[in-house]
Amino acid sequence: MRTPNDLELAKLTKRYGDTVAVDGISHIFAPASYVCLLGPSGCGKSTTLRMIAGHESVSDGNIVLEGKEISHLAPAQRGTAMMFQSYALFPHLSVRDNVAFSLKMKGVDKSTRYAKANALLELVAMTHLADRMPAQLSGGQQQRVALARALITEPRVLLLDEPLSALDPFLRIRMRAELKRLQRELEITFIHVTHGQDEALALADEVVVMNNAVIEQAGSPRDVWGKPRTEFVARFMGGHNVVTVDGGRYAIRSDVIRIGADGLPATTTGVEYQGDRVAVTTRTATDEEIVALLPEETFFGQPINPGDAVRLGWDVRWQHPLEA
Amino acid sequence: MKKSDTLKGWALASPLLLVLLAFLLLPIAMIVVVSFWQATEFAIVPAFSFENYQFLFSSPVTYKVFWATLRYALITWALTLLIGFTVAYYLAFHIRSNAAQTALFLVCTIPFLTSNIIRMISWIPFLGRNGIANQTLIGMGVIEQPLEWLLYSDFSVILAFVHLYTLFMIVPIFNTMMRIDRALIEAARDNGASGWQILTNVIIPLSKPGIMIGTIFVLTLVMGDFITVRFMSGSQSANVGRLISNDIALLQYPSASATSVVLLVTVLLIIGALMRFVNIRKEL
Repeated sequence: MRTPNDLELAKLTKRYGDTVAVDGISHIFAPASYVCLLGPSGCGKSTTLRMIAGHESVSDGNIVLEGKEISHLAPAQRGTAMMFQSYALFPHLSVRDNVAFSLKMKGVDKSTRYAKANALLELVAMTHLADRMPAQLSGGQQQRVALARALITEPRVLLLDEPLSALDPFLRIRMRAELKRLQRELEITFIHVTHGQDEALALADEVVVMNNAVIEQAGSPRDVWGKPRTEFVARFMGGHNVVTVDGGRYAIRSDVIRIGADGLPATTTGVEYQGDRVAVTTRTATDEEIVALLPEETFFGQPINPGDAVRLGWDVRWQHPLEA
Repeated sequence: MKKSDTLKGWALASPLLLVLLAFLLLPIAMIVVVSFWQATEFAIVPAFSFENYQFLFSSPVTYKVFWATLRYALITWALTLLIGFTVAYYLAFHIRSNAAQTALFLVCTIPFLTSNIIRMISWIPFLGRNGIANQTLIGMGVIEQPLEWLLYSDFSVILAFVHLYTLFMIVPIFNTMMRIDRALIEAARDNGASGWQILTNVIIPLSKPGIMIGTIFVLTLVMGDFITVRFMSGSQSANVGRLISNDIALLQYPSASATSVVLLVTVLLIIGALMRFVNIRKEL
């Protein structure tokens, strides 16, 4: 769906010498949406983000924001702001001065820029630490400051480069809820680069899966996870088995595989207890690995040990055909 | 802490402690002691007299020479800082490949392959009345008479100082610049900073410790120098180092010691004042 306010990438390409980091990708990001660029390291997702931000030159193609071609503008003139992976807070400036930095560069007077910085610090609940130096803050606090510093420029698109990867797992889950809340309150587009599919599923209105410099699949989290287009997406999003049936390739969710009296014969190679469920890894005669996620109760009603011969079954309606 | 731990600590620190005691503190203590002795034309008499200091502080020559020394130090500092910062900035931020960076850095150290004296003397045929510089300028028709101030002047003294000591500015500044996270510069640009604003708001503040260390190097080296001033000024200019060396040549050790003590205190005061501005500890 097109609106006058969206961000569009058209045949966007980045080459370094002979290697192509981003290979002619085209995509439209709806306004005020939370988009996750998802993919393994080296897939081109960070390069794409940095090109949108203006920190990487564009080899070919266009970036259009709200009807304006921005790929040749300076980073600060694009209507985008970036939050860096390591947060990149200025170590010699206090929290307040970090947040007010862009206003200082514009020549805004001190009282005005401090008032605005204070307002943003309030938004990220950091008012009480405004006079601290970045080195005195925890990772989560630094991230809030980085967020406030990016938002003070009033961007229409906020670009986040693996913003949660430096945090411990507990904090990561809390911060991602907060990112989502902020995005909803501010009603701007967030483009969030990550290699964690759980993060993408939890946060995104739209997931864009990239691999080998191209977009493999884009869509709502439910579509991308439930209907993977390619084998790569099925494997990368997790929770799926890729199985060959009658010469065709299919993705089948691990949680719909039943272990019973009839079906495909296989040998158990591993059993992993996961709390509410148990993951049973098996290998078929054709040397395909199939994981069955069994409810804990079902498994312990009839326990299976590695080495046991089992038979795997599933409802045909769960067989999702793959294009590649 | 247990007693044996304290003992172990002292034992581990003792080699360095002994070296510093024997080769740093003891000689300085000796100089301080001798500075209170008395001297006649033919003898040095152990005593506790303020005569040397009294003479030193009552003589207008002392103030003139200390001022001249300070002036050399300040001008040299300003020039080495300007050149050193520029070179370090170029090496750290404009040379992308590591190999080129290392190679160019080594090029900077080439002057140090020869001794100080040779490097100084090599300026003489270049700057002299019939030297290369004057002949070239006359040949090009820029000047008609040879420039007299090129050699044996404050100009040549400062030129030699800058030549000798710029590397001491480049190295520490380059070092701190290499530790600046490149993402900070991108973040500054993302926040709308121009190239000049990035320099003044990010790079210079973050290079301060390196600038301070280079400053201490250059100031102490220039303040303590005597040979450069003698050679390059053709013995026409004086600084504190030359005052001391003349006293020593005349075997006036007590007087030389007193001047040394005053020089040492002056330099320490300057460094103390500088250290108040920047905490270099956290960068070392």
